[in-house]
Amino acid sequence: MPDSLRFLIRRILQSLLIIIGIIVVNFLILNLPAGDMADVMAGMDGGGDAGYTEQLRREFGLDRPLPAQLATYVGHLLSLDLGYSYSRNMPVLDAILARLPATLLLMGSAIVLAFVLGILMGTLAGRNVGRPLDAAISVVALIGYATPLFWLGLLLILLFTIGLGWLPSGGMQTIGMRGSLLAQWLDIGRHLILPACTLAVFYLAIFVRLMRSSVIEVAGQDYVRTARAKGMSERRVYLHHVTGNAMLPVLTMLGLQIGGMLGGSVVVETIFSWPGLGRMTYDAIFSRDINLLLGVLFLSSVCVVVTNLIVDLLYFWVDPRIGVKG
Amino acid sequence: MTEAAIADPPRTARRRSRWSALFLIGCLLLILITAAAVTAGLVWPAGPWVQAGDPFTPPLTVSGLPLGTDGLGRDVAAMLAYGARVSMVIGITSTIAAAVIGIVVGGTAGYVRSWVDDGLMRFTEIFQTIPSFMFVIVLMVIFTPTIFTITLAIAVVSWPPVARLVRAEFLSLGSREFVQSCRLIGMQPVRIIFAEILPNCFSSVIVVSSVMVATAVLIEAGLSFLGLGDPNVASWGGMVAEGRPVIRSAAYLSVVPGFAIFLLVLSINIVGEGLNDRLNPRLRNR
Repeated sequence: MPDSLRFLIRRILQSLLIIIGIIVVNFLILNLPAGDMADVMAGMDGGGDAGYTEQLRREFGLDRPLPAQLATYVGHLLSLDLGYSYSRNMPVLDAILARLPATLLLMGSAIVLAFVLGILMGTLAGRNVGRPLDAAISVVALIGYATPLFWLGLLLILLFTIGLGWLPSGGMQTIGMRGSLLAQWLDIGRHLILPACTLAVFYLAIFVRLMRSSVIEVAGQDYVRTARAKGMSERRVYLHHVTGNAMLPVLTMLGLQIGGMLGGSVVVETIFSWPGLGRMTYDAIFSRDINLLLGVLFLSSVCVVVTNLIVDLLYFWVDPRIGVKG
Repeated sequence: MTEAAIADPPRTARRRSRWSALFLIGCLLLILITAAAVTAGLVWPAGPWVQAGDPFTPPLTVSGLPLGTDGLGRDVAAMLAYGARVSMVIGITSTIAAAVIGIVVGGTAGYVRSWVDDGLMRFTEIFQTIPSFMFVIVLMVIFTPTIFTITLAIAVVSWPPVARLVRAEFLSLGSREFVQSCRLIGMQPVRIIFAEILPNCFSSVIVVSSVMVATAVLIEAGLSFLGLGDPNVASWGGMVAEGRPVIRSAAYLSVVPGFAIFLLVLSINIVGEGLNDRLNPRLRNR
C-alpha cells in the first residue's frame, strides 16, 4: 500500500498548507485597514477610549513587528485558540461549538435531501434526454438555480405558515414543549422541514444538472453497451452500471459546495430563526464581533478542507487510478 | 459528445429549438430589466426615496403606482428600477474585475509554468477554499459597505474559477503548433500572450463570466438582505429585508423585489447557457 499511503500523506500536507494560507489571509484582513486590529476592535466595541485600545494592543501583541505577530497568530489558530467573543462573553470556540449541532442537523438534512433527489432527478432526466420529462426537470433545475434562498424561505413561510398554518415559521422547538423524547424529536423535525428544504433547493439544482450530464456521458460508454448487448434490462443497466459511476462527479461537487452551503445557512437560519452558526453569524454582524466572525470563517474553511480531503480519499478508495495518475 | 446525439439528429434538433425559445425569453427579460435600470433616472427623476403616495398602498390599486408603496409611502416600482441599476452594476463590474484578476493569475501560471505555476495555484486554492459568502460578510463588516467595496469583495471571492480555466487554456494552447511556431520565429512573449493565446481564451472566459454575473447578483442581494448593502442606494435584497417584518400584512413588499432578483438571475443564466451552446463547440452536444 505504499502508493495510497504516499497519496494520503501528500493530500494531508497540501491541506495543512491551505489551512496555513487561510490563516495568513485572515491575518491580512485584520491588518489591512488603516490603523490596526486594536483600532478596528475598539471601534466595533463602540468605545474610543485610548486606554482600552492600548490594552487590546498589548493583549494581541500589536506592539511587536508584523511577522512575529503573524507567527503568534498562526500558532494560536492552529491550537484552535480563536480568541474571545465580546458580544457573547465566552471564548469563540465555545460559542461556535454550542451552535454547531443545530447547523450540522440543518446542513446534514439539506445535503441528504439535495443529494438523493438530485441523483434521482438527474438520472431520470439523463435517461430521457430530449423528452418532456427531461425538459421539465431541466426547467425545475434552472428555476432552483436562480432563486435567492432568502426569498424562497419567505415564500415558504407565506404558504405553509401564514397561508396553510401547517408548519412553524421559526425556531427549532416549540417553546415550553414538554413530552417524551420522541415527541420532542418530532417537534424538531417539524421545525426542520422548511429551513432544510429552502437550503436544499439551490444545491438540488446543481446536483440535478451535473448528474444529468454525467449520466448522459456514462450511458454512452462501451461497458454500458456491453451490458445492454448481453440482454440486461434497462432498469438493471441504470441501477448497476450507470448511476453509481455517474455519481462520482456529484460527490466531488458535494465536497466543493460545503462552503457555499455554510454561507447559505447564514441567510436561511436568519429567516427561520434557527439557533445555529448562521444565526450567530448574523447576530455577530450587528454586534460587530469580528473575533467571532473570523472564528466562524476560519472553522468553516477548515471544514471545507477536511471535507475535500475526505471526498478525495473516498474517490481514491472507489477508483485507485486517481492516486497513481496524480 | 454522445453517440446518441449523432445517431439521432431529430432529437438534437428538437432540443436545440427548445433552447432557442428559452434563449429568446431570457434575452427579452434581460433587455427589459436593463431598460428599467437605464431609464430609472428619466422616469423617476426625484430618485427612489421620495414619498409617492400613502404608506402600504397595495399594488394595482392606485394609478401611477403599479406596484404600490412601502411603509414610508415610497414607490416600489421606482425603488425596483433603481435597485436594478445597483444589482447590474455590481454584477457586471465585479465580474469584469474577477475576470481580470483570474486572467492575470491564471495566464501567468499557465505561461511561465514550473514553480510559479505551483505557487499561484496553491494561492488560488486558498481563495477557492474559503467559503465565499462568509468571506464577503467578514470583508463587509471590516470595510464599510459601499458599491465600490461590495464590488471589490465579490471580485475577491469569485476569481479562482477564471484563474483555473485560463491556466488550463494557456497550458494547452501554449503547446499547440501555432504558438510554437510563433516562438520559433522569435516573437516577443508579450505579443504571443496578448495576440495569440489570450484571444483564444476569450470565448471560454465569457461563458464562465455569465454564470459569475448571476452569482454576483445573488451575493449582492444576500448581503443587502443581511443589512450589509450600501445604505445610500436602493437594493433588492434590502427591500426584501425591509418587507420581512410586515410579511403578514403586506407580503408584496418582500415578494415583488425577491421576484425581481429571481428574474434577473434566471435571465442571466438562460442567456449564459445560450452563449455556452453557441461559443463552446466542445460542449455543443451536451
